[in-house]
Amino acid sequence: MVSTDDEPLLQVRGLGHTYADRSGRTRIGCADVDVDLWPGEVLAIVGESGSGKTTLLNTVAARLTASHGSARYRTRDGREVALDSLDEVSIRALHRTEWGFVHQDPAAGLLMNVSAGGNVGERLMSIGARHYGRIRESAATWLARVEIPADRIDEPPTTFSGGMRQRLQIARTLAISPRLVFMDEPTSGLDVSVQARLLDLIRGLVADLGLSVLIVTHDLAVARVLSDRTVVMRHGRVVESGLTDRVLEDPHAPYTQLLVSSILQV
Amino acid sequence: MTTTRLTDPSPLDPTTALPVLEALDLAKTFTMHLQGGVRLPVLSGVRFTLYPGECAVLDGPSGIGKSTILKMIHGTYGIDSGALLLRGPDGAVTDLARADDRTMLRLRRTTLGYVSQFLRCVPRVPTLDVVAEPLLSARVPPEDARRRAGHLLERLRVPTGLWMLPPATFSGGEKQRVNIARGFVSDHPVLLLDEPTASLDAANRAEVVDLIEDQKAAGAAILAIFHDPRVRAEVADRLIDVGVFVPSGAVRSGRVPSGAGRSGPVPSGVENEESR
Repeated sequence: MVSTDDEPLLQVRGLGHTYADRSGRTRIGCADVDVDLWPGEVLAIVGESGSGKTTLLNTVAARLTASHGSARYRTRDGREVALDSLDEVSIRALHRTEWGFVHQDPAAGLLMNVSAGGNVGERLMSIGARHYGRIRESAATWLARVEIPADRIDEPPTTFSGGMRQRLQIARTLAISPRLVFMDEPTSGLDVSVQARLLDLIRGLVADLGLSVLIVTHDLAVARVLSDRTVVMRHGRVVESGLTDRVLEDPHAPYTQLLVSSILQV
Repeated sequence: MTTTRLTDPSPLDPTTALPVLEALDLAKTFTMHLQGGVRLPVLSGVRFTLYPGECAVLDGPSGIGKSTILKMIHGTYGIDSGALLLRGPDGAVTDLARADDRTMLRLRRTTLGYVSQFLRCVPRVPTLDVVAEPLLSARVPPEDARRRAGHLLERLRVPTGLWMLPPATFSGGEKQRVNIARGFVSDHPVLLLDEPTASLDAANRAEVVDLIEDQKAAGAAILAIFHDPRVRAEVADRLIDVGVFVPSGAVRSGRVPSGAGRSGPVPSGVENEESR
Protein backbone atom coordinates (compact mmCIF):
# COMPACT_ATOMS: atom_id res chain seq x y z
CA MET A 1 0.00 0.00 0.00
CA VAL A 2 2.97 2.20 -0.44
CA SER A 3 3.80 4.14 -3.51
CA THR A 4 6.41 6.59 -4.45
CA ASP A 5 4.80 7.03 -7.84
CA ASP A 6 3.10 10.32 -8.41
CA GLU A 7 1.06 9.30 -11.42
CA PRO A 8 -2.19 7.39 -11.19
CA LEU A 9 -2.17 3.96 -12.76
CA LEU A 10 -5.73 4.36 -13.89
CA GLN A 11 -7.79 7.47 -14.52
CA VAL A 12 -11.49 6.99 -15.14
CA ARG A 13 -13.52 10.03 -16.20
CA GLY A 14 -17.26 10.20 -16.85
CA LEU A 15 -17.24 6.51 -17.68
CA GLY A 16 -20.49 4.71 -18.42
CA HIS A 17 -21.94 1.67 -20.06
CA THR A 18 -25.49 1.51 -21.41
CA TYR A 19 -27.18 -1.47 -23.00
CA ALA A 20 -30.50 -2.40 -24.54
CA ASP A 21 -32.72 -4.65 -22.45
CA ARG A 22 -34.94 -7.39 -23.91
CA SER A 23 -37.65 -4.96 -24.90
CA GLY A 24 -35.08 -2.78 -26.63
CA ARG A 25 -35.09 0.00 -24.04
CA THR A 26 -31.80 1.64 -23.15
CA ARG A 27 -30.63 0.76 -19.67
CA ILE A 28 -27.85 2.34 -17.64
CA GLY A 29 -25.30 -0.16 -16.36
CA CYS A 30 -23.14 2.59 -14.92
CA ALA A 31 -22.80 6.28 -15.71
CA ASP A 32 -20.62 9.33 -15.11
CA VAL A 33 -18.05 7.51 -13.00
CA ASP A 34 -14.85 9.30 -12.01
CA VAL A 35 -12.25 7.12 -10.31
CA ASP A 36 -8.47 7.25 -9.90
CA LEU A 37 -6.34 4.30 -8.88
CA TRP A 38 -2.79 4.91 -7.73
CA PRO A 39 0.07 2.41 -7.72
CA GLY A 40 -0.09 0.08 -4.74
CA GLU A 41 -3.58 1.14 -3.80
CA VAL A 42 -6.63 -1.03 -3.17
CA LEU A 43 -9.93 0.56 -4.15
CA ALA A 44 -13.19 -1.15 -3.25
CA ILE A 45 -16.35 -0.64 -5.27
CA VAL A 46 -19.30 -1.45 -3.02
CA GLY A 47 -23.04 -1.49 -3.52
CA GLU A 48 -25.97 -3.87 -3.62
CA SER A 49 -26.65 -6.21 -6.52
CA GLY A 50 -27.85 -4.21 -9.48
CA SER A 51 -25.91 -1.11 -8.40
CA GLY A 52 -23.69 -1.32 -11.47
CA LYS A 53 -20.48 -2.15 -9.64
CA THR A 54 -19.61 -5.21 -11.72
CA THR A 55 -20.59 -3.38 -14.92
CA LEU A 56 -18.17 -0.63 -13.93
CA LEU A 57 -15.41 -3.15 -13.25
CA ASN A 58 -15.96 -4.83 -16.62
CA THR A 59 -16.08 -1.49 -18.42
CA VAL A 60 -12.83 -0.31 -16.84
CA ALA A 61 -11.22 -3.66 -17.67
CA ALA A 62 -12.42 -3.19 -21.28
CA ARG A 63 -14.46 -6.39 -21.11
CA LEU A 64 -17.47 -4.19 -21.88
CA THR A 65 -17.49 -1.27 -24.27
CA ALA A 66 -17.67 2.20 -22.75
CA SER A 67 -20.72 4.11 -23.99
CA HIS A 68 -19.32 7.39 -22.77
CA GLY A 69 -16.35 8.76 -20.90
CA SER A 70 -12.80 7.51 -20.80
CA ALA A 71 -10.45 5.23 -18.92
CA ARG A 72 -6.74 5.88 -19.22
CA TYR A 73 -4.11 3.40 -18.08
CA ARG A 74 -0.39 3.86 -17.57
CA THR A 75 1.49 0.85 -18.95
CA ARG A 76 4.59 -0.88 -17.62
CA ASP A 77 6.75 1.14 -20.00
CA GLY A 78 5.22 4.41 -18.79
CA ARG A 79 2.88 5.14 -21.69
CA GLU A 80 -0.58 6.45 -20.92
CA VAL A 81 -3.16 4.75 -23.12
CA ALA A 82 -6.85 5.48 -23.61
CA LEU A 83 -8.43 2.06 -23.29
CA ASP A 84 -11.27 2.81 -25.72
CA SER A 85 -8.73 3.64 -28.42
CA LEU A 86 -7.12 0.20 -28.21
CA ASP A 87 -8.08 -2.61 -30.55
CA GLU A 88 -9.04 -6.03 -29.29
CA VAL A 89 -5.56 -7.45 -29.76
CA SER A 90 -3.99 -4.75 -27.58
CA ILE A 91 -6.63 -5.20 -24.90
CA ARG A 92 -6.00 -8.94 -24.88
CA ALA A 93 -2.29 -8.23 -24.60
CA LEU A 94 -2.91 -6.04 -21.53
CA HIS A 95 -5.01 -8.76 -19.93
CA ARG A 96 -2.25 -11.27 -20.66
CA THR A 97 0.78 -9.28 -19.58
CA GLU A 98 -0.17 -6.44 -17.20
CA TRP A 99 -3.58 -7.20 -15.74
CA GLY A 100 -5.21 -9.91 -13.75
CA PHE A 101 -8.91 -10.63 -13.36
CA VAL A 102 -10.27 -12.69 -10.49
CA HIS A 103 -13.84 -13.82 -11.16
CA GLN A 104 -16.42 -14.57 -8.51
CA ASP A 105 -16.86 -18.02 -10.08
CA PRO A 106 -13.45 -19.71 -10.24
CA ALA A 107 -14.62 -21.77 -13.21
CA ALA A 108 -14.76 -18.56 -15.24
CA GLY A 109 -11.07 -17.92 -14.66
CA LEU A 110 -9.68 -21.46 -14.69
CA LEU A 111 -9.14 -24.19 -17.23
CA MET A 112 -11.30 -26.70 -15.39
CA ASN A 113 -9.93 -29.84 -17.04
CA VAL A 114 -6.28 -28.86 -16.90
CA SER A 115 -4.12 -29.69 -13.87
CA ALA A 116 -3.55 -27.08 -11.17
CA GLY A 117 0.08 -26.78 -12.24
CA GLY A 118 -1.04 -26.46 -15.85
CA ASN A 119 -3.42 -23.65 -14.96
CA VAL A 120 -0.56 -21.60 -13.58
CA GLY A 121 1.88 -22.77 -16.25
CA GLU A 122 -0.43 -21.87 -19.12
CA ARG A 123 -0.56 -18.28 -17.90
CA LEU A 124 3.25 -18.18 -17.70
CA MET A 125 3.54 -19.65 -21.21
CA SER A 126 1.20 -16.95 -22.48
CA ILE A 127 3.85 -14.39 -21.61
CA GLY A 128 6.58 -16.40 -23.26
CA ALA A 129 7.84 -18.92 -20.70
CA ARG A 130 9.03 -22.04 -22.51
CA HIS A 131 11.30 -24.00 -20.17
CA TYR A 132 9.18 -26.87 -18.79
CA GLY A 133 11.21 -27.38 -15.62
CA ARG A 134 11.14 -23.71 -14.68
CA ILE A 135 7.44 -23.37 -15.46
CA ARG A 136 6.66 -26.33 -13.22
CA GLU A 137 8.90 -24.96 -10.50
CA SER A 138 7.21 -21.56 -10.66
CA ALA A 139 3.77 -23.20 -10.64
CA ALA A 140 4.72 -25.21 -7.55
CA THR A 141 5.90 -22.03 -5.82
CA TRP A 142 2.63 -20.30 -6.61
CA LEU A 143 0.54 -23.24 -5.40
CA ALA A 144 2.46 -23.17 -2.13
CA ARG A 145 1.86 -19.44 -1.82
CA VAL A 146 -1.88 -19.95 -2.05
CA GLU A 147 -1.66 -22.94 0.29
CA ILE A 148 -2.53 -25.68 -2.18
CA PRO A 149 -0.72 -28.89 -1.15
CA ALA A 150 2.16 -29.81 -3.44
CA ASP A 151 0.72 -33.28 -4.10
CA ARG A 152 -2.34 -31.76 -5.80
CA ILE A 153 -0.30 -30.10 -8.57
CA ASP A 154 -1.32 -32.66 -11.20
CA GLU A 155 -5.00 -32.69 -10.32
CA PRO A 156 -7.53 -30.58 -12.20
CA PRO A 157 -9.61 -27.99 -10.31
CA THR A 158 -12.72 -30.14 -10.82
CA THR A 159 -11.40 -32.22 -7.91
CA PHE A 160 -10.90 -29.11 -5.72
CA SER A 161 -13.20 -27.52 -3.13
CA GLY A 162 -14.63 -24.05 -3.81
CA GLY A 163 -12.07 -22.34 -1.61
CA MET A 164 -9.18 -24.20 -3.23
CA ARG A 165 -10.46 -23.37 -6.69
CA GLN A 166 -10.57 -19.70 -5.77
CA ARG A 167 -7.04 -19.85 -4.40
CA LEU A 168 -5.89 -21.53 -7.61
CA GLN A 169 -7.52 -18.79 -9.65
CA ILE A 170 -5.61 -16.24 -7.61
CA ALA A 171 -2.32 -18.10 -8.18
CA ARG A 172 -3.03 -18.28 -11.91
CA THR A 173 -3.87 -14.57 -11.99
CA LEU A 174 -0.84 -13.40 -10.05
CA ALA A 175 1.73 -15.71 -11.68
CA ILE A 176 2.59 -13.15 -14.36
CA SER A 177 3.15 -10.37 -11.76
CA PRO A 178 0.29 -8.16 -12.96
CA ARG A 179 0.41 -4.43 -12.23
CA LEU A 180 -3.34 -4.11 -11.92
CA VAL A 181 -5.74 -6.73 -10.62
CA PHE A 182 -9.50 -6.62 -11.02
CA MET A 183 -11.47 -8.69 -8.52
CA ASP A 184 -15.18 -9.36 -8.79
CA GLU A 185 -16.61 -10.57 -5.46
CA PRO A 186 -13.68 -12.97 -4.93
CA THR A 187 -14.90 -14.19 -1.54
CA SER A 188 -18.63 -14.44 -2.18
CA GLY A 189 -20.20 -17.84 -2.52
CA LEU A 190 -17.75 -19.43 -0.10
CA ASP A 191 -18.31 -20.70 3.43
CA VAL A 192 -17.61 -18.12 6.09
CA SER A 193 -14.46 -19.77 7.44
CA VAL A 194 -13.15 -20.29 3.89
CA GLN A 195 -13.94 -16.64 3.15
CA ALA A 196 -11.87 -15.46 6.11
CA ARG A 197 -8.90 -17.56 5.02
CA LEU A 198 -9.11 -16.28 1.45
CA LEU A 199 -9.47 -12.69 2.58
CA ASP A 200 -6.39 -13.05 4.71
CA LEU A 201 -4.48 -14.63 1.84
CA ILE A 202 -5.47 -11.87 -0.59
CA ARG A 203 -4.53 -9.23 1.96
CA GLY A 204 -1.08 -10.74 2.45
CA LEU A 205 -0.40 -11.09 -1.28
CA VAL A 206 -1.59 -7.57 -2.05
CA ALA A 207 0.74 -6.17 0.62
CA ASP A 208 3.72 -8.38 -0.29
CA LEU A 209 3.48 -7.76 -4.03
CA GLY A 210 2.42 -4.11 -3.75
CA LEU A 211 -0.50 -4.78 -6.09
CA SER A 212 -2.93 -2.18 -7.34
CA VAL A 213 -6.41 -3.61 -7.02
CA LEU A 214 -9.90 -2.67 -8.05
CA ILE A 215 -12.21 -4.94 -6.08
CA VAL A 216 -15.98 -5.21 -6.33
CA THR A 217 -17.81 -6.43 -3.25
CA HIS A 218 -21.24 -6.18 -1.69
CA ASP A 219 -19.64 -6.97 1.67
CA LEU A 220 -18.53 -3.83 3.50
CA ALA A 221 -16.41 -5.95 5.81
CA VAL A 222 -14.37 -7.13 2.82
CA ALA A 223 -13.89 -3.51 1.79
CA ARG A 224 -12.83 -2.64 5.34
CA VAL A 225 -10.24 -5.38 5.60
CA LEU A 226 -8.75 -5.02 2.12
CA SER A 227 -9.13 -1.52 0.79
CA ASP A 228 -7.55 1.90 1.30
CA ARG A 229 -10.40 3.75 -0.39
CA THR A 230 -13.99 2.90 -1.17
CA VAL A 231 -16.48 3.97 -3.81
CA VAL A 232 -20.18 3.44 -3.06
CA MET A 233 -22.46 2.84 -6.05
CA ARG A 234 -26.20 2.98 -6.46
CA HIS A 235 -28.29 2.90 -9.63
CA GLY A 236 -25.13 2.87 -11.71
CA ARG A 237 -23.69 6.01 -10.17
CA VAL A 238 -21.13 6.80 -7.50
CA VAL A 239 -22.95 8.22 -4.46
CA GLU A 240 -19.96 8.54 -2.15
CA SER A 241 -16.24 7.89 -2.14
CA GLY A 242 -13.35 8.38 0.23
CA LEU A 243 -11.06 6.70 2.74
CA THR A 244 -12.62 3.34 3.56
CA ASP A 245 -12.76 3.96 7.30
CA ARG A 246 -14.36 7.35 6.74
CA VAL A 247 -16.98 6.03 4.32
CA LEU A 248 -17.90 3.37 6.88
CA GLU A 249 -17.73 5.45 10.07
CA ASP A 250 -18.78 8.89 8.85
CA PRO A 251 -20.97 8.19 5.83
CA HIS A 252 -22.57 11.29 4.33
CA ALA A 253 -24.86 10.05 1.55
CA PRO A 254 -28.27 8.83 2.74
CA TYR A 255 -27.75 5.59 0.83
CA THR A 256 -24.34 4.92 2.43
CA GLN A 257 -25.87 5.53 5.86
CA LEU A 258 -28.55 2.99 5.04
CA LEU A 259 -25.97 0.48 3.80
CA VAL A 260 -23.75 0.90 6.87
CA SER A 261 -26.66 0.74 9.31
CA SER A 262 -27.91 -2.47 7.69
CA ILE A 263 -24.84 -4.45 8.71
CA LEU A 264 -25.51 -7.18 11.20
CA GLN A 265 -23.50 -6.67 14.37
CA VAL A 266 -22.22 -10.02 15.60
CA MET B 1 -7.73 30.26 24.03
CA THR B 2 -4.77 31.63 22.17
CA THR B 3 -4.65 31.92 18.43
CA THR B 4 -1.17 30.49 18.08
CA ARG B 5 -0.17 29.81 14.50
CA LEU B 6 2.12 27.04 13.42
CA THR B 7 4.89 29.57 12.93
CA ASP B 8 4.87 30.69 16.55
CA PRO B 9 7.59 29.42 18.87
CA SER B 10 6.70 26.78 21.43
CA PRO B 11 6.14 27.74 25.02
CA LEU B 12 8.10 24.60 25.94
CA ASP B 13 11.18 25.54 24.04
CA PRO B 14 10.89 29.04 22.69
CA THR B 15 14.05 28.73 20.64
CA THR B 16 13.38 25.71 18.49
CA ALA B 17 10.10 23.88 18.83
CA LEU B 18 7.29 24.63 16.42
CA PRO B 19 3.82 23.29 17.06
CA VAL B 20 3.21 20.04 15.27
CA LEU B 21 -0.58 20.22 15.28
CA GLU B 22 -2.94 23.14 15.52
CA ALA B 23 -6.72 23.06 15.49
CA LEU B 24 -8.46 26.28 14.50
CA ASP B 25 -12.21 26.31 15.12
CA LEU B 26 -12.98 22.78 14.03
CA ALA B 27 -16.63 21.82 13.87
CA LYS B 28 -18.41 18.52 13.46
CA THR B 29 -22.10 17.84 12.85
CA PHE B 30 -23.61 14.49 12.01
CA THR B 31 -26.57 14.56 9.63
CA MET B 32 -28.80 11.55 10.18
CA HIS B 33 -30.52 10.90 6.89
CA LEU B 34 -32.28 7.81 8.22
CA GLN B 35 -33.83 9.90 10.99
CA GLY B 36 -35.38 12.47 8.67
CA GLY B 37 -32.18 14.42 8.17
CA VAL B 38 -31.86 15.51 11.78
CA ARG B 39 -28.61 17.35 12.39
CA LEU B 40 -26.55 16.62 15.49
CA PRO B 41 -23.92 19.26 16.18
CA VAL B 42 -21.37 17.48 18.36
CA LEU B 43 -18.42 19.86 18.40
CA SER B 44 -17.67 23.43 17.38
CA GLY B 45 -14.89 25.95 17.92
CA VAL B 46 -12.35 23.23 18.68
CA ARG B 47 -9.03 25.01 19.23
CA PHE B 48 -5.80 23.64 20.59
CA THR B 49 -2.11 23.50 19.81
CA LEU B 50 0.14 20.52 20.29
CA TYR B 51 3.92 20.71 20.60
CA PRO B 52 6.64 18.10 20.14
CA GLY B 53 7.57 16.31 23.34
CA GLU B 54 4.36 16.95 25.22
CA CYS B 55 1.34 14.89 26.14
CA ALA B 56 -1.96 16.77 26.16
CA VAL B 57 -4.98 14.95 27.51
CA LEU B 58 -8.49 15.55 26.25
CA ASP B 59 -10.63 16.02 29.32
CA GLY B 60 -14.33 15.65 29.93
CA PRO B 61 -17.01 13.08 30.71
CA SER B 62 -17.90 10.13 28.48
CA GLY B 63 -19.75 11.01 25.31
CA ILE B 64 -18.62 14.61 25.19
CA GLY B 65 -16.67 14.16 21.95
CA LYS B 66 -13.11 13.28 22.94
CA SER B 67 -12.87 10.29 20.58
CA THR B 68 -14.53 12.38 17.89
CA ILE B 69 -11.63 14.83 18.04
CA LEU B 70 -9.08 12.01 17.66
CA LYS B 71 -11.04 10.58 14.73
CA MET B 72 -11.20 13.99 13.05
CA ILE B 73 -7.42 14.24 13.28
CA HIS B 74 -6.93 10.70 12.00
CA GLY B 75 -9.34 11.35 9.12
CA THR B 76 -11.84 8.68 10.11
CA TYR B 77 -14.35 11.48 10.60
CA GLY B 78 -14.58 14.35 8.17
CA ILE B 79 -14.13 17.92 9.41
CA ASP B 80 -17.00 20.26 8.51
CA SER B 81 -15.23 23.57 9.01
CA GLY B 82 -12.12 25.12 10.46
CA ALA B 83 -8.50 24.25 9.80
CA LEU B 84 -6.34 21.50 11.26
CA LEU B 85 -2.71 22.19 10.52
CA LEU B 86 -0.20 19.36 10.74
CA ARG B 87 3.52 19.89 10.38
CA GLY B 88 5.10 16.81 8.81
CA PRO B 89 8.61 15.52 9.55
CA ASP B 90 9.77 17.36 6.42
CA GLY B 91 8.41 20.65 7.78
CA ALA B 92 5.58 20.84 5.27
CA VAL B 93 2.27 21.99 6.74
CA THR B 94 -0.93 20.24 5.65
CA ASP B 95 -4.49 21.29 6.46
CA LEU B 96 -6.04 17.95 7.40
CA ALA B 97 -9.52 19.45 7.10
CA ARG B 98 -8.93 19.67 3.36
CA ALA B 99 -6.39 16.92 2.72
CA ASP B 100 -7.23 14.45 -0.04
CA ASP B 101 -7.36 10.70 0.54
CA ARG B 102 -3.87 9.97 -0.72
CA THR B 103 -2.37 12.65 1.51
CA MET B 104 -4.20 11.22 4.53
CA LEU B 105 -3.00 7.71 3.72
CA ARG B 106 0.57 8.96 3.39
CA LEU B 107 0.41 10.93 6.64
CA ARG B 108 -0.95 7.88 8.45
CA ARG B 109 2.07 5.92 7.28
CA THR B 110 4.60 8.59 8.14
CA THR B 111 3.30 11.01 10.74
CA LEU B 112 0.00 10.20 12.44
CA GLY B 113 -0.12 7.23 14.79
CA TYR B 114 -3.44 6.17 16.25
CA VAL B 115 -4.20 3.65 18.97
CA SER B 116 -7.91 2.91 18.95
CA GLN B 117 -9.77 1.45 21.89
CA PHE B 118 -10.03 -1.95 20.26
CA LEU B 119 -7.80 -4.11 18.15
CA ARG B 120 -8.92 -4.61 14.59
CA CYS B 121 -7.27 -7.60 13.01
CA VAL B 122 -7.57 -10.21 10.33
CA PRO B 123 -8.15 -13.80 11.46
CA ARG B 124 -4.96 -15.66 10.67
CA VAL B 125 -2.24 -13.05 10.99
CA PRO B 126 0.18 -13.90 13.81
CA THR B 127 0.47 -11.39 16.65
CA LEU B 128 4.06 -10.48 15.75
CA ASP B 129 2.97 -9.47 12.24
CA VAL B 130 -0.11 -7.61 13.50
CA VAL B 131 2.29 -5.46 15.53
CA ALA B 132 4.89 -5.20 12.75
CA GLU B 133 2.37 -4.33 10.05
CA PRO B 134 2.58 -0.52 10.24
CA LEU B 135 6.33 -0.84 9.71
CA LEU B 136 5.97 -3.41 6.95
CA SER B 137 3.54 -1.18 5.08
CA ALA B 138 6.07 1.63 5.41
CA ARG B 139 8.55 -0.72 3.69
CA VAL B 140 10.76 -1.35 6.71
CA PRO B 141 12.68 -4.62 6.10
CA PRO B 142 10.66 -7.50 7.62
CA GLU B 143 13.44 -8.63 10.00
CA ASP B 144 13.81 -5.13 11.45
CA ALA B 145 10.05 -4.68 11.69
CA ARG B 146 9.60 -8.00 13.52
CA ARG B 147 12.52 -7.34 15.83
CA ARG B 148 10.98 -4.03 16.87
CA ALA B 149 7.56 -5.62 17.21
CA GLY B 150 9.03 -8.35 19.41
CA HIS B 151 10.77 -5.77 21.57
CA LEU B 152 7.47 -3.98 22.23
CA LEU B 153 5.58 -7.22 22.90
CA GLU B 154 8.28 -8.11 25.42
CA ARG B 155 7.99 -4.76 27.17
CA LEU B 156 4.23 -5.22 27.35
CA ARG B 157 4.62 -8.75 28.75
CA VAL B 158 2.89 -10.59 25.94
CA PRO B 159 4.33 -14.13 26.37
CA THR B 160 6.58 -15.17 23.48
CA GLY B 161 4.51 -18.35 23.15
CA LEU B 162 1.67 -16.19 21.81
CA TRP B 163 3.62 -14.24 19.22
CA MET B 164 3.03 -16.63 16.36
CA LEU B 165 -0.68 -17.01 17.16
CA PRO B 166 -3.35 -14.65 15.85
CA PRO B 167 -4.69 -12.41 18.64
CA ALA B 168 -8.30 -13.41 17.87
CA THR B 169 -8.58 -15.72 20.86
CA PHE B 170 -6.58 -13.63 23.33
CA SER B 171 -8.07 -12.09 26.46
CA GLY B 172 -9.21 -8.47 26.41
CA GLY B 173 -6.09 -7.28 28.21
CA GLU B 174 -3.77 -9.22 25.91
CA LYS B 175 -5.49 -7.85 22.82
CA GLN B 176 -5.21 -4.35 24.18
CA ARG B 177 -1.48 -4.81 24.75
CA VAL B 178 -1.06 -6.07 21.18
CA ASN B 179 -2.99 -3.00 20.07
CA ILE B 180 -0.70 -0.70 22.05
CA ALA B 181 2.43 -2.41 20.73
CA ARG B 182 1.09 -1.89 17.21
CA GLY B 183 0.38 1.76 17.90
CA PHE B 184 3.83 2.44 19.36
CA VAL B 185 5.86 0.47 16.84
CA SER B 186 6.21 3.26 14.26
CA ASP B 187 7.74 6.23 16.11
CA HIS B 188 5.31 8.65 14.50
CA PRO B 189 5.79 12.33 15.39
CA VAL B 190 2.11 12.59 16.38
CA LEU B 191 0.45 9.91 18.46
CA LEU B 192 -3.28 9.77 19.13
CA LEU B 193 -4.23 7.50 22.03
CA ASP B 194 -7.84 6.57 22.74
CA GLU B 195 -7.88 5.07 26.24
CA PRO B 196 -4.99 2.68 25.73
CA THR B 197 -4.88 1.64 29.40
CA ALA B 198 -8.58 0.82 29.84
CA SER B 199 -8.25 -2.90 30.53
CA LEU B 200 -4.71 -3.22 31.84
CA ASP B 201 -3.34 -4.33 35.18
CA ALA B 202 -1.00 -2.10 37.20
CA ALA B 203 2.26 -3.51 35.80
CA ASN B 204 1.16 -3.06 32.21
CA ARG B 205 -0.29 0.33 32.92
CA ALA B 206 3.11 1.37 34.25
CA GLU B 207 4.74 0.02 31.11
CA VAL B 208 2.41 2.08 28.91
CA VAL B 209 3.28 5.14 30.97
CA ASP B 210 6.97 4.36 30.30
CA LEU B 211 6.29 3.97 26.57
CA ILE B 212 4.56 7.35 26.52
CA GLU B 213 7.45 8.95 28.41
CA ASP B 214 9.91 7.40 25.93
CA GLN B 215 7.95 8.80 23.00
CA LYS B 216 7.80 12.23 24.63
CA ALA B 217 11.52 12.19 25.24
CA ALA B 218 12.02 11.28 21.58
CA GLY B 219 10.01 14.37 20.62
CA ALA B 220 6.64 12.87 19.78
CA ALA B 221 3.55 14.98 20.37
CA ILE B 222 0.84 12.97 22.09
CA LEU B 223 -2.86 13.70 22.27
CA ALA B 224 -4.62 11.22 24.49
CA ILE B 225 -7.77 10.17 26.27
CA PHE B 226 -7.31 8.54 29.68
CA HIS B 227 -10.09 7.88 32.10
CA ASP B 228 -7.64 6.41 34.58
CA PRO B 229 -6.74 9.37 36.85
CA ARG B 230 -3.44 7.76 37.92
CA VAL B 231 -2.18 7.42 34.37
CA ARG B 232 -3.38 10.88 33.54
CA ALA B 233 -1.57 12.38 36.50
CA GLU B 234 1.63 10.62 35.48
CA VAL B 235 1.78 11.50 31.79
CA ALA B 236 -0.33 14.59 31.16
CA ASP B 237 1.53 17.84 30.68
CA ARG B 238 -1.78 19.64 30.41
CA LEU B 239 -5.48 19.06 29.97
CA ILE B 240 -7.67 20.27 27.14
CA ASP B 241 -11.24 20.79 28.35
CA VAL B 242 -13.44 19.36 25.59
CA GLY B 243 -16.56 20.67 27.36
CA VAL B 244 -15.94 24.17 26.01
CA PHE B 245 -16.20 22.81 22.44
CA VAL B 246 -19.68 21.37 22.89
CA PRO B 247 -22.25 23.50 21.11
CA SER B 248 -25.28 24.51 23.16
CA GLY B 249 -28.08 22.06 22.53
CA ALA B 250 -25.76 19.25 21.50
CA VAL B 251 -26.73 15.69 22.27
CA ARG B 252 -24.25 14.73 24.94
CA SER B 253 -24.55 11.00 24.67
CA GLY B 254 -21.74 10.21 22.30
CA ARG B 255 -23.97 7.51 20.93
CA VAL B 256 -24.68 8.79 17.51
CA PRO B 257 -27.48 6.65 16.08
CA SER B 258 -26.26 4.06 13.63
CA GLY B 259 -25.95 5.18 10.04
CA ALA B 260 -23.55 7.97 10.77
CA GLY B 261 -20.49 7.22 12.77
CA ARG B 262 -20.29 4.60 15.47
CA SER B 263 -21.41 1.59 13.49
CA GLY B 264 -18.83 -0.42 11.64
CA PRO B 265 -19.16 -3.70 9.83
CA VAL B 266 -17.95 -6.92 11.34
CA PRO B 267 -16.60 -9.22 8.65
CA SER B 268 -18.50 -12.45 8.54
CA GLY B 269 -16.45 -15.02 10.37
CA VAL B 270 -13.74 -12.49 10.93
CA GLU B 271 -12.54 -11.54 14.36
CA ASN B 272 -12.80 -7.80 14.42
CA GLU B 273 -13.56 -4.90 16.65
CA GLU B 274 -15.82 -5.83 19.50
CA SER B 275 -17.60 -2.53 19.63
CA ARG B 276 -16.77 1.06 19.38
